[in-house]
Formats: sequence, C-alpha cells, structure tokens
Amino acid sequence: MEEISKEMLLWMYEMMVKIREHEERVAELFAQGKIPGFVHLYVGEEAVAVGVMANLRKEDYITSTHRGHGHYVAKGGDIKASMAELFGKKTGSGKGKGGSMHIADLDVGELGANGIVGGGIPHAVGAGLGIKLNGLDNVAVAFFGDGASNQQNFHEGINLASILKLPVVFVCENNQYQISLSYDKQQTIKSVAERGKAYGIPGVSVDGQDVLAVYEVAKEAIERARRGEGPTLIEAKTYRFRGHFEGDPQVYRSKEEVEWWKKNKDPIKLFEEKLLEKGIVTKEELDSIWEKVKKEIEEAIKFAEESPWPSKEEVLEDVFSTPTKGVLVWQW
Amino acid sequence: MAVVREITFAQALNEALDYEMSKDPKVVVMGEDVGVYGGIYGVTAGLYDKYGPERVIDTPIAESGFVGTGVGAAATGLLRPVVELMFIDFLGVTFDQIYNQAAKMRYMFGGKAKISMVLRTVCGAGFSAAAQHSQSLHAIFAHVPGLKVVMPSTPYDAKGLLISSIEDDDPVIFIEHKALYAVKGEVPEEPYSIPLGEADVKREGKDVTIVATAAMVHKSLEVAENLEKDGISVEVVDPRTIVPLDVDTIINSIKKTGKLVVVDEGYPRCGFATDVAALAVNKAFDSLKAPVKIVTPPATPVPFSPVLESEWIPSTEKIEKAVREIL
Repeated sequence: MEEISKEMLLWMYEMMVKIREHEERVAELFAQGKIPGFVHLYVGEEAVAVGVMANLRKEDYITSTHRGHGHYVAKGGDIKASMAELFGKKTGSGKGKGGSMHIADLDVGELGANGIVGGGIPHAVGAGLGIKLNGLDNVAVAFFGDGASNQQNFHEGINLASILKLPVVFVCENNQYQISLSYDKQQTIKSVAERGKAYGIPGVSVDGQDVLAVYEVAKEAIERARRGEGPTLIEAKTYRFRGHFEGDPQVYRSKEEVEWWKKNKDPIKLFEEKLLEKGIVTKEELDSIWEKVKKEIEEAIKFAEESPWPSKEEVLEDVFSTPTKGVLVWQW
Repeated sequence: MAVVREITFAQALNEALDYEMSKDPKVVVMGEDVGVYGGIYGVTAGLYDKYGPERVIDTPIAESGFVGTGVGAAATGLLRPVVELMFIDFLGVTFDQIYNQAAKMRYMFGGKAKISMVLRTVCGAGFSAAAQHSQSLHAIFAHVPGLKVVMPSTPYDAKGLLISSIEDDDPVIFIEHKALYAVKGEVPEEPYSIPLGEADVKREGKDVTIVATAAMVHKSLEVAENLEKDGISVEVVDPRTIVPLDVDTIINSIKKTGKLVVVDEGYPRCGFATDVAALAVNKAFDSLKAPVKIVTPPATPVPFSPVLESEWIPSTEKIEKAVREIL
C-alpha cells in the first residue's frame, strides 16, 4: 500500500464509491419503474473492477458482462450516456437500443457488456490479437463470472490466447452463485484459477473484497501481458450484495449469509478502514468524495430524465455500417 | 491491358484474399487448417508462405473461440479478420458469436461499432459427405438482422464479391458451395469488386424466370439451354447476395415473364426459396400468370448414399419439370 500514490488510492476509493452510488440509485430508479428491462447490479463486487482498472490505460480494452455497470464506470465510460441508455433514451450509449446488458463505450476501450454468459471472453482475445499484430503494448482484460467459467468460450478463448501468447488477462469474478446455483455445485475444484494450469498459463486466486490485493495481482498479470509473456487467469472471490437481477427473490441463499458479507466483507468499508488507520486520508476527505460522486450521479440521472426518447424511425437505423444496393434492412 | 484467364472458383477466391492481404496489413486469415495446409479446399493456398503465421493463423478446433476472436479483433478496428468456418454445418458450435455478437453489436451500441469481418464457409451436397457436412444453411444467417450473406456461383463473381466483402465494414457471411470450387471461368487478373446487393441475370429469357443460388444457378442454366431447343425461353437470375437482396432485378424479371420458379439447395421450410416466392406474391402479384414453383430438397437431413443423395439434391429433371408445369 505504501508504494501506491495517494492519488491512486483516492482514485480507487472514488471509483468504488461511484459504482456503489450508481448501482444503489439505479436500484431505486428501477423500483420506481423509470428503468425498464433487466438490471443486474454490481454492489459488493466493486473492488474487482477497480483493482484491475487501476492498472489499465484508456487505450487498453475490456470486455464486460450482463453485470457490467461497474466495469463501465471504472474504465472511464461516460456515465451520462450509460444512464440515458438504462432509461432507453436517444442520448444513451446505444441510442436506447441496447439497455443495461449492452452498454459500451468504445472510445475508452470498453467493448461492451454482454447478455450472453461468456460471450465477451473471445472478444478480449481478439482485441489481444489486434494489439499483438499491430505491435502495441496495450492489454485486453476479459471480465466474466464463475458461471461463465464452464462455458466453451472460456476454455476456447483462454486456450487460443495461450497458444498465440496474447496480451490478455482473464478475470473471473467468482461471486459464488450462477443465479441460484452455488459455486460448489458448478465445479469440483476449489478455485477457478486452478484451470489456468490446463492451458499452460498462471492462475491466481485473490480476495475480491480487498481492492489492494486485486490491484497487486492484476498489476503483475497486466505487466506480464504488456511484456509479451502471455495471458494470466485471475479468480477474484467476491459476493453480490443484491439479487442476481433486481426483483430476484433469492430463495437460494439465507438473509444471514448476505448480512454477514455486508457486515464483514464490504469492499468499500474495508478499504476505508485501511486508509484511515494508516492516516493516509481524513474522514472529511472521504466524505467529500462521496459528495462529489453523488452530485455526478444525480447529474447523470437528470441528464437521462431530461433526454428525449428516440424517434420511431430510429428503429431502422444502425443495423449496418456500409450502405449497399438492394434491400438491406427488410420490411414487408 | 486487362488480362483475363480461365481459373477455378477456388483460385479466384485465393486471388481476392491475396490481393486484400497485400493491400491492407489489417487483413488476417484464421481458421482450421488455413495455414500450412492451405485450407481443405485449397482456397488459402500459398498465403501462409507469403504472409507468415502471424497473419495466416491455424487455430485449434474451437470455432466459438476463434470466430469470437475475429469479432473482438474487428470491434477494436485493429484488424479486418477473414475467418474460415470449415463447413457451414459447424455453425452450431459457434452460432452465438455470429448471431448474437457480430450481428447485433453495431445496433446495440447505437451505431458505434464496426464489425469488419468476413466469415468464409463451405456449403452444399453432392459428395456423400452426409448430414453434418453437406447442408446449405444460408437462410439461417439471412434470418438474423445484422449479417450480410453472400453466395457466389461463378469464379468471376467469387473474386469480385470476396473483395467487396473484405472491404465492407459489416459482418459478411461468405458462402462457397463445394461443388463450385473446381468450376472454371473467365476472371480478370486485376482486382475488381462487385457491389453487394446486385443480382446478375445469368441468362436472359422471356417465358419463365428462374431465381437460383450457388450451384443451382448452373443446373438452372443447363435446364434453360435444354428448353431453348423446344422454343422455351428461360431467364436465370442469380441474386449473388441473399442479404442485401436485389429485389428490383428479381421483380422486374417476374414482371417480364409472369412466371417464377425458385431453385435453392436450402431446406424447404422458411427458406430462401419461400422468401422469394413470398416476395413475388407481395410485389408482383398482378404480373403472375401461374403459381410460383419451388424446387428445393425435401425436409430431411442430407442422406449419405449416392443414390439417395442424388434424389435429395434438386436435379435438372426436377427443375425442368417445374418450369414445364407452369408454361
């Protein structure tokens, strides 16, 4: 912790708070009926996105998941655009055509949330291939959950990155449930990281509630990738404080279990305690970060609420890039 | 001066790939056995020696992984991948990367993503390759919005359409019928492109229109030739691209002849043939002087035995019969 600059520590704190505040407000707006569709929130898992992203540059790439708001925020995605997207507005990152499961900000290397479990993993491999063939020293990070680690795209993607020695880091956010099925019923190994061995790459497991631990592990993996030494698989053990989706009755786990994690393993509280204990920041400094973040989120919500709806004609737009002769977007 | 020679369909595709790779370092070829082996039908022959293993990438048998890699590489704009799916029948193990990822990214991201990628693949029966290596599944791709679907029938079209497809900024499914690889035809040595969405009238006629795709174009031309001896004039229209579709050329031909036969090797239900028939009814109903005839295989898997398979594939006899029935 000592070797990390105060500026970076405060950035990490701010990003975690920003994700938390973003998600808590989205939960409220969803409950009020202002946000339609399916919403999967990242509350409780903030340290994973932030610990990894603290090592990335704007030019690096990430691929995200259905639980993607945290990745988007930490990668520096425009939150006005994403909030407007959650509302389904014209000013949204996807002009209201994607919604929560498909927010993306290609300008900052965020290649998209994804509604298909494991679907984005090979995209990070492709980004890694592009980086390598263009002789760049950037990296691509694939985020995915424990459920995705049973998907073909996990196995095929990691294997491909390994044989081609691509600058890709695979980050499994093991939040211990694939919707309702607990981790111990999905696989018999103790850690997803053990699977690295099967593909000849390092596999490391880390406490995903400890942002500094995630930071250190990610740093090593990302530097290794930048040096051209190939991919790493990281498993961050974490926990989602809310349901799989908003409205999830959560019959598969006890209230006590959830409360225990909130009380003992809240990544923001743990980091806050550390920062205060070491005398790196004052309570006032932390409070002012909360204030700043709240203001930013409220501005994004205001922007989304005041933004226009897409026009009806827009349903036909943005299907293809290159116009052609003949009929491309069919309508009877 | 333009040099035109006779080369095969496979060689024409190879020339298009070679031209694009020589012109644009972002173009890479990847897939199973595309490198040292040169592709199981020889389409990528010589590219590995010329451009090296970094740009002609032999992949593990992991179609979802390498097709998805192509999608991701294209999404970054760092590469323009030409990915080979050895047989169209293998789409089942990678379809998500095609229909949920490549096809929809641009739309879901509000027009901000460009998926400049070509998926080359091989379709078609006639080689006793049985039910899992012989299908013609273009309709499945055409069904999903966001994919361009190209299906050439001649060496000339193959070269020009592949060049256009690689230079296109959308995901293009480029389907090559295996019976066509050895077909020879006149092809200019120089690079040229054929715009997507332009049908080609392969033979002009006035009595009946046949709309046919890929290998069925050649069978239809053979039928047209035979019928001419009986004074029957058949027009053969090759759409060349399924998406986009040159509706005008098809409709104009139907308006001219008043009679339509659609010949396609895809399965009979919810397929390209029924789509064209619906189009005729929808847009040229008043011009139709007879029922629309559809010639496709039956709704069964592709059989193995040569005897069964030749019964399954639309034959010149069946096409001729369909034409005669509506004369």
